Amino acid sequence: MTLEVNDLSAGYGQLTALRNISFSVEAGEILAIIGANGAGKSTLLKTIAGQLRALTGSVVLDGDDVTADSASARARRGILMVPEGRRLFPSLTVKENLQLGMSTGRKGDWNLDTVCELFPLVAERLNRRAGQMSGGEQQATAIARALVGNPEVIMLDEISLGLAPAIVVEFYDRLGEITKRGTAVLLVEQDVKRALSVADQVHCLLEGQTSLAGRDLDFAEIAVAYFGTGHR
Amino acid sequence: MNLLDAVFQGLMLGGLYAIFAAGLSLIFGVMKIVSLSYGAFGVMAAFLALHFTEATGWSAVLSLLVVVPLMAAFGWALQRFVLQRTLGGSALPSILVTFGIAIIIENVLLITESADQKRMSLGWIDTAALELGVIRLGVYPLGLFIFSLLLFGILSLVIARTQFGRAVRAISEDAPTVELLGIRPKTIYAWAGAIALALAAIGGVASGIQTSFSPTSGGMLLIFAFEAVIIGGIGSLWGTFAGALVLGVAQTVGANFFPSQGILIGHVVFLIFLAFMPQGLSGRVRRS
Amino acid sequence: MTAAPTEVSPVRITRWTRTSRFGTPAVTLIFVIMFALPFMTALSNVRSVTDLLIFIILGSMWNLMAGYGGMESVGQQAYIGLGAYGFVVLADQLGVDIFVAVLLAGLVAGVIAFLISFVAFRLVGGYFAIGTWVIAEIVKLIITQFPSLGLGSGISLYAMSSFDRDLRIAVSYWIALGVTMLALITCVLLVRSGFGLGLTAVRDDPTAAATSGVDVNRAKRLVFVVSGIGTGIAGAIITISTLRVQPDSLFSVQWSVLMIFMVVIGGVGTIEGPIIGAIIFWGLREALADYGSLYLILLGVVAIVFALFFRGGIWGLVQKRRRFSVFPIGYSASFGAAEQVDPERMTGPSGRREPG
Repeated sequence: MTLEVNDLSAGYGQLTALRNISFSVEAGEILAIIGANGAGKSTLLKTIAGQLRALTGSVVLDGDDVTADSASARARRGILMVPEGRRLFPSLTVKENLQLGMSTGRKGDWNLDTVCELFPLVAERLNRRAGQMSGGEQQATAIARALVGNPEVIMLDEISLGLAPAIVVEFYDRLGEITKRGTAVLLVEQDVKRALSVADQVHCLLEGQTSLAGRDLDFAEIAVAYFGTGHR
Repeated sequence: MNLLDAVFQGLMLGGLYAIFAAGLSLIFGVMKIVSLSYGAFGVMAAFLALHFTEATGWSAVLSLLVVVPLMAAFGWALQRFVLQRTLGGSALPSILVTFGIAIIIENVLLITESADQKRMSLGWIDTAALELGVIRLGVYPLGLFIFSLLLFGILSLVIARTQFGRAVRAISEDAPTVELLGIRPKTIYAWAGAIALALAAIGGVASGIQTSFSPTSGGMLLIFAFEAVIIGGIGSLWGTFAGALVLGVAQTVGANFFPSQGILIGHVVFLIFLAFMPQGLSGRVRRS
Repeated sequence: MTAAPTEVSPVRITRWTRTSRFGTPAVTLIFVIMFALPFMTALSNVRSVTDLLIFIILGSMWNLMAGYGGMESVGQQAYIGLGAYGFVVLADQLGVDIFVAVLLAGLVAGVIAFLISFVAFRLVGGYFAIGTWVIAEIVKLIITQFPSLGLGSGISLYAMSSFDRDLRIAVSYWIALGVTMLALITCVLLVRSGFGLGLTAVRDDPTAAATSGVDVNRAKRLVFVVSGIGTGIAGAIITISTLRVQPDSLFSVQWSVLMIFMVVIGGVGTIEGPIIGAIIFWGLREALADYGSLYLILLGVVAIVFALFFRGGIWGLVQKRRRFSVFPIGYSASFGAAEQVDPERMTGPSGRREPG
């Protein structure tokens, strides 16, 4: 399984927020997308997910070009996103949120029981309304909801935002369970050290463009690419 | 003594209003479309049923077997191809389009039918009644009330227990995220539109048996359904049922004390709810 | 940065644009000429134009409320009826002079609008639309309770019986003309004012407007009441023309149909739009009146097409290339004493500045 992003650009109205992004991810790999606020990280994920239309370039999953597909079509192909802010359905229970996650119709290792094993937090709160939970519980539910759809690629948008470090560590520890089943992970993260600790590849964005990409990069290089230095 | 009878008549009348209001509640709550054509759809269904019964000689109730699927299909197409475009942004386009549809339906009916009042009959059932002391329960209104309860029960189960129902509830909260889960919102909206119009059809035919109707009856049907939804609270199915009962009782008890002013009393009760309890009986505050 | 600050000549912003410098005097001239109409043509034509003027008043009042205030009411017929009944009561039963009665009738409608607003404002959007319709029904039901108001069959107007028929038609025409001018001037002034700016903000985003200091409820209420007054006056004028107050006809939702369609087809949110819509509606009615329901169906289809595909109406289509404004509600900036910069001439469709 390969996800390829080729020369992707996207924007909001007259603002081009993303320019000429290219990378590829294999099964079981973790790609960390880092960058300062406003660099275009969430925009990139949304464009891959299909919520935002690409202006140029393509998104190719396993050789199939999905660039023209709607977000729901891409989800059914296995490109699933855990959006920024979690976006659970507040008046539905945790269980109902998860049941909706199964709408992709995809078969695989993940179902209600197995995600509950992975996230005991979720298992204990199946009948609680999603809107009445803490940040960590909601985040676990949001990830579980995406997993239950059996993704080929799961995209995590800032899962550590607003959460206590101890809980974030628990999420990161579980990434291995996700990748060992062959799912690729695209991880948008503000916390660079955390991202580097799990990532196979790093892609750094600066003002909508790639400033650095690769494997086994050292921290100094990344710092330069993250902030930019005014010399271009 | 009349009062007790009036209350029961009102409850049964409320049962009829509830059937009608159910579809409106679905459209309001799910699709956030305020459909001004809802009443016209009910009248349209009533006329379809009327012609069907005249052509086949079957009972009006059996005509539902044909009219309901027809109207559901119509509702599906209307939502999918016309109303879908009015979603999002300002309410004005949906108000205009649905109002326009109401005008078109009403005037098409005025051309194809005569302007006078019609009514469908179920033969002996029309006048049959159970006497319980001072209370006289018409067989048809009572049957309708029970049917209404069943209908709401089924709808409630569908919304609460089925994947479709979950999708409907999710879409009304956050449509873009629903897409991320692999659900096509347009499909959900289209089926919700179909169900809403099926309910309008049932309500329209049921009403056409109980009272007379004409091409211009759509306005009042819409108003009663709307009042029921507001009194009950937007977004709550059983709230709508309760609201319909309150409206029915208000009208009949009102008519008891102020003869021929029943409808006005119903309106006044609606206004009181709107002024002092805008979130309705169910208490859910919903942003429009 | 240590460069010396450059001299900047003072900028003057005026509300008059190139087209409105031409347009407004032209419209004023048209109105002046129109005063002479009864002397120039047959009275049946005058009658007809009176109807057009009534449509313009109704359209611009609905547009004020919906296009600028963001409130789409399907219940303005309440104020037509209130204005009509108010006029008859004032002129016949209280002996008020008819010219004063017309304005007072509007005021009556305005007061009721003020009271109604406290309930109606509980609803927004489509709920507000149906809610106002219900309220109009209630107003009708209440008014038809009173025997002194003729119950369900209404009452006749006698205050005009001192006028002979020709003079009556002319007088109602002149009143309509005067009120139309007043209505348009009111719209222009309201929109021009800071109040008008607040209104546009309320229409676009009430929450943002509120946090910017706009008193949202006060703004909406004012517009609602002004619209009610104007609509009420129109109701009074209708009564002068028809000599009779008929509740089923005056409180009919068909009036809302008329107002909405005019504004949508003409162009919502502009002052010119309702005028265009009124002319079109009036023209169609003259041509197709005999066709009754067929004509309404046509209207319905046209309105739906516009609502789906041409949301800015006809005036919106005209404005696509350049922003015209017949009335002084646009903006143009002039720098110092010399060059006048006019946004209408500055940007073509590509956004490039074109040589002045």
